[in-house]
Amino acid sequence: MIKLENLTKAFETPAGTVVAADRITMEVADGEICVLLGPSGCGKTTTLKMINRLIEPTSGKIFINGKDTDRYDPVELRRTIGYVIQQIGLFPNMTVEENICVVPKLLGWDLAKARTRASELLATINLDPALFLKRYPKELSGGQQQRVGVARALAADPPVLLMDEPFGAIDPINREVIQDEFLKMHHRLRKTVMFVSHDIDEAVKMADKVAIFRAGKLEQFDSPDNILAHPGNSFIADFVGSDRTLKRLRLVRVGDVLQASSLRVSGDEQVEQTVALMNEHGQEFMVIVDPEGRPRGYVDVDIVRDRSGAVGEHCAPLPATVRLDEDLRAAVSTMFMHDIRWLACVDRNGVFVGCVTQRGITRLLGETYRAPDAVPH
Amino acid sequence: MAIALIVAFSLGIIAQRNGLIDSIGKYRGDIVFLTQQHIKLVAISGGLAIAVGVPLGLWLSRPGMRRAAETIMQALNLGSTIPTLAVLALAMTFLGIGVVPAIFGLWAASLLPIVRNTYAGMLGVPAHFIEAATGMGMRPLQILSGVELPNALFVMFAGIRTALAVNVGTAPLAFLIGGGGLGELIFTGIDLNEPSMMLAGAIPTALLAVLVDYAVGALAYWVVPRGVNPLR
Repeated sequence: MIKLENLTKAFETPAGTVVAADRITMEVADGEICVLLGPSGCGKTTTLKMINRLIEPTSGKIFINGKDTDRYDPVELRRTIGYVIQQIGLFPNMTVEENICVVPKLLGWDLAKARTRASELLATINLDPALFLKRYPKELSGGQQQRVGVARALAADPPVLLMDEPFGAIDPINREVIQDEFLKMHHRLRKTVMFVSHDIDEAVKMADKVAIFRAGKLEQFDSPDNILAHPGNSFIADFVGSDRTLKRLRLVRVGDVLQASSLRVSGDEQVEQTVALMNEHGQEFMVIVDPEGRPRGYVDVDIVRDRSGAVGEHCAPLPATVRLDEDLRAAVSTMFMHDIRWLACVDRNGVFVGCVTQRGITRLLGETYRAPDAVPH
Repeated sequence: MAIALIVAFSLGIIAQRNGLIDSIGKYRGDIVFLTQQHIKLVAISGGLAIAVGVPLGLWLSRPGMRRAAETIMQALNLGSTIPTLAVLALAMTFLGIGVVPAIFGLWAASLLPIVRNTYAGMLGVPAHFIEAATGMGMRPLQILSGVELPNALFVMFAGIRTALAVNVGTAPLAFLIGGGGLGELIFTGIDLNEPSMMLAGAIPTALLAVLVDYAVGALAYWVVPRGVNPLR
């Protein structure tokens, strides 16, 4: 847990006092990722660097796991906090192994233990230890370097990780991959992470909590969905963008909007009964499944109403399906691509589990505005 | 390379025919003695220049010194424009004749490249290495020895190499103020219009310069870590 209390930093400049961080108070729970978000010069990096005392606060308190960090020697404190910077900062004179072992060595681990740890960590970031331990940073690609940077920060298993725009210098394709890998690793390790970013999409993807900064002040501190749905003021609304509701699509998994009654028929069912069933549920289509439960196609009520025989004979192919664990953005994108209003969802084994409809999605996104306790400020 | 070898061999044959090599051979005793003296001059003055120049460069590169450092570097640059011969003359004025003013003069001449390259090498270490090191909990001395020095080493070695090359080449001038060395054969040979004597001084000086340069180069090759050594 990281708790900031009235954290303030004022710089004396010839032009007068500049307050880089003004009474920042916030709390990040154990195992959460908190993204500090804002334009350049808003105080987010200053706030981050005060936590490991690279910048000494002018006033205010920082607690890590309930302990006041003022009581520690800054150098000792930093050894218990993982730190990743945008330029990565791998030491080029050291091999990957030596880079990862820096903090364990500072903490006085014996060499064998530190080395075992280094090769374990490389394995967790999908780099083959046999191949990479003895390489120098210049022999790695940018993405590999950044992964090693994260591994180095995790070397001594710190409870807290500070990341200053860690993926900012990586090309967009690799960035997505590394973000996904980092999230996967995070779900396993459950570190408390403070993460500076200026990219709203990155924040929405990574964060459990988002803290929006402007001119040294913490403007809003909330879940990504609430920031997008209920931006606290016009600055935040502008910053998160006019397409902010679309951005919320990323936050919801297909599984969360699945229609409760997901009717299905097998191909040898009679058309009359199927039409009756569709009318009964007010549904305009029905997915046809094979004996294993996998979707085979669908029938449209308007087309089969006056037909007869088995529904399998009138089966139209499904243009696409989505998996339960995909986000709504992917689902909506697929719908737009095929010009359809609903999609059949399948689980990991390809078994049909239900449908997601455009109406269901818009209803879910609109829900937060109708709930009485969530009136926009 | 092949052409250079052929030229060297032809020169050698011509020299042998002229009896030049035999006449140089007359000075064997002098060559051995004066070469030792020469090496002593270079080693002491060069060693002192490294011993003073590297710490000075490191000190100037510290964040607290940034503002003063530029002024001091300018002063050193200005100092280096004074010809070495003039430095030796000045040294003789203050320290008399002999080995001491010679060592001082050579020391002064080789100091600047070492200070300048140490300083430049240290400033060239990207700030984010230092930020990462600090953020990980390294103490200033650990950062200096573990991160800054290894990353500046290649540039520092280039400075030392230049300084020693200048030093070996300038050392013959030491003879003029009574410092001894191979200059004794060179200058006396010139004065007596005795090419074999002159060459007896000049050839070992040249060989020594090449040897020192090679030795420092080889040292840099092995000492500078592979990750920051463009040659490996």
